[in-house]
Amino acid sequence: MASPHDKDHVETTGHSWDGIEEYNNPLPRWWLWTFYATIAWGLLYTILYPAWPLVHGATTGVMAWSTRGDVAAEIQAVREGQADMRAALVDADLATLPQNEALNGFAVQAGAALFRTNCSQCHGSGAAGADGYPNLLDDDWLWGGQIDQIAFTIRHGIRNEVDPDARYSQMPAFGEILAPAEIETLVQHVQSLPEGNDPLGGEGGALFADNCASCHGEDARGNRDVGAPNLTDAIWLNAHDDASLTTLISKGPFGVMPPWGDRLGEAGVRALAAYVHQLGGGEPTPEPTPGQPKE
Amino acid sequence: MTHEQTSLYAAREPIFPRRVSGAFRRLKWQIMAVTLGIYYITPWIRWDRGPALPDQAVLVDLAHRRFYFFMIEIWPHEFYFVAGLLIMAGLGLFLFTAALGRVWCGYACPQTVWTDLFLLVERKVEGDRNARLRLHKAPWDARKWRLRLTKWAIWLVIAMATGGAWVFYFADAPTLARELATFEAPPVAWISIAVLTFTTFTFGGFMREQVCIYMCPWPRIQGAMMDEGTLTVAYRSWRGEPRGRGMKRHAGDGAITRAAGPQIGGRSPVLPMQFREGRVVLPEPQAGAAQGPGDCIDCNACVNVCPMGIDIRDGQQMACITCALCIDACDEVMEKVGRPRGLIDYLALSDAPRERAGGAPQSVWRHVLRPRNLVYTGLWAAIGVGLLLALVLRPTIELTVAPVRNPTFVTLSDGAIRNAYDVRVRNREGSLQNIAFSLAGAPGMSLGVEGVDDTTVAVEADSQRLIRVYVTAADDTPAAESDRTEIALTVRDTVTGESATVETTFNGDPE
Ligand code: SF4
Ligand code: SF4
Repeated sequence: MASPHDKDHVETTGHSWDGIEEYNNPLPRWWLWTFYATIAWGLLYTILYPAWPLVHGATTGVMAWSTRGDVAAEIQAVREGQADMRAALVDADLATLPQNEALNGFAVQAGAALFRTNCSQCHGSGAAGADGYPNLLDDDWLWGGQIDQIAFTIRHGIRNEVDPDARYSQMPAFGEILAPAEIETLVQHVQSLPEGNDPLGGEGGALFADNCASCHGEDARGNRDVGAPNLTDAIWLNAHDDASLTTLISKGPFGVMPPWGDRLGEAGVRALAAYVHQLGGGEPTPEPTPGQPKE
Repeated sequence: MTHEQTSLYAAREPIFPRRVSGAFRRLKWQIMAVTLGIYYITPWIRWDRGPALPDQAVLVDLAHRRFYFFMIEIWPHEFYFVAGLLIMAGLGLFLFTAALGRVWCGYACPQTVWTDLFLLVERKVEGDRNARLRLHKAPWDARKWRLRLTKWAIWLVIAMATGGAWVFYFADAPTLARELATFEAPPVAWISIAVLTFTTFTFGGFMREQVCIYMCPWPRIQGAMMDEGTLTVAYRSWRGEPRGRGMKRHAGDGAITRAAGPQIGGRSPVLPMQFREGRVVLPEPQAGAAQGPGDCIDCNACVNVCPMGIDIRDGQQMACITCALCIDACDEVMEKVGRPRGLIDYLALSDAPRERAGGAPQSVWRHVLRPRNLVYTGLWAAIGVGLLLALVLRPTIELTVAPVRNPTFVTLSDGAIRNAYDVRVRNREGSLQNIAFSLAGAPGMSLGVEGVDDTTVAVEADSQRLIRVYVTAADDTPAAESDRTEIALTVRDTVTGESATVETTFNGDPE
């Protein structure tokens, strides 16, 4: 046998291109079999799983697996895994929920997800609100900032025509009641309230007493029973320059929020309430004093 | 043109390495005992970390995202430790390869170690090289079946033990062992064991050198990292050639460095390649060629012991894992024929011209302490020291602060401006920490923590907690009215007093 060192005797593949030959360094045979095995595996895979494109869609595969079905199954599994927590949330006493770390943590997480999907369109993804849409982060509340009050607002909504229990009130369009000059006086008066001016003082005060105090209170601190905002604090629901306030008082605002009780279910409502309550402005539920009538 | 159709694929040619004894073989047995010992025993070592944490010394806790290594505990955000260790492993490989060639392959690679173990079993069951060769050619009679089945059974047990040991690194070993024994272990444990059993069985029993030659990337990478100063297993052709069994044989087989291709079936191309002063030169005529036979008696001992089935006398080649068994084999022979040892030896390419000219090779230290190796060592050590420092200086309480920027601030009913911060506090201790927040800010600023009346919250042992912290600047204060105010949040363990501080900013309402 020729010495393997003799390069003239190394086998070639027999291919020759313009005299250029190719050494034959054979691949191991098992490599070939592995290659065939991967092909067989690939074919098997296309039989088991959705693969071959047809005119309308693709073959479904004998395992009837689909990404959509997979997601649905995962969601279902999560739902089932959370069923106990949801039930506990529905049964929980909302007033003490914030003290229940595990359940509240679950509710806040769930509420955050619900908020992003359902509420952020109006209140903003950071819950900071917008002109006419309340900021949920601050310590001012139109209809109450205790957790069960928040839950009620979410459950039934505000000024909608769907839920008979919706929170309701209506500020009149004062453009039809007062003269433009009077409205201008009122605008100036309202703008001065946060600076500590007497709500009932002066010409504006007189107009305020006659037209506004019934809802906003003689002290102008608002009334949560009718969703009338506090006019003396630093927080404004709407833009408060002259033009905006004139329009607002003339036409009367009418902010609507849909009821979420039917759409989100009680667990969802409570989760949202827990989430909103912990955004920074939530008010504690007072201890019920004996003898005081319940709401 | 008549050309026989040649096959592009070759079947594996079985290799029957002969038993050998010697210094390197002894060293390899020792390394095998140590490495396999470490591998099988480590998960069973206990290490007390208190009741809240697992007591397994080495544990990769994927479910809880923790890595425990004796007194060290690594959280996922500290993955840079693992990255650092991997870089060190890489640099270590550079260093060892530059200094000693493929020592990793020859001594420490699991493929080598388990193949060695499987070969030991094979030899114990079927006998040494010649017996195994005979058995290979023998028909499949009862004896052959018996020997083969015995060997396979032992291999299978080893393979299962190997896969079995692996899963213990990822769960509490005694618990998992009990679950495995009662068939209650999770499927992932069984699947891992099955996969590793299969790979160990086939790679150690049947694939062996094929893994090194065709599957593993290291030979290529390491081949590229060696240079002419690297000590590697080589044959002193100038001393051995012309080889012969007592009589003069053909001269002219120079030290040929095979650049690529294993010699399996003698089909691969041979590129005669030599280096001098770092350059490739063509082989010179043998200095000793005219002076009668060399020291190599062509006994083939080196070939017979080689687990890769190659002939080191062909020169350095990709298939050689530098297991050094041929050195032991050849030394044994040289001793018998009364010639000096070291015909096959650890040897640097740069020494070849020196030795050919009758000089002595450079000392091992000259080779090992080359600048290149010193640089690798320096880098390696620097990263090691850095990691060690980071580890030692790591606090047991940590916080990160993410200012809430949606919205940047909130106006409260009394006109105050409030910023919110999502604060993540990590308690790495084995017990609950009560931590108190404090604020270093501008006048008129106050601190609040969501959900608690004061500023103290509890963080469970070995966990992190996300806490919303509010910083409020009273109406008409400078902070409330300026765009940015620098502040610092501090958390302090109310028991140990250990604290951590993060600087952040407060956004006011400049309008
Ligand atoms: S070639 Fe690869 S598998 Fe073989 S010994 Fe070296 S590192 Fe291990
Ligand atoms: S030639 Fe074979 S026996 Fe010698 S070191 Fe290389 S692999 Fe080991």
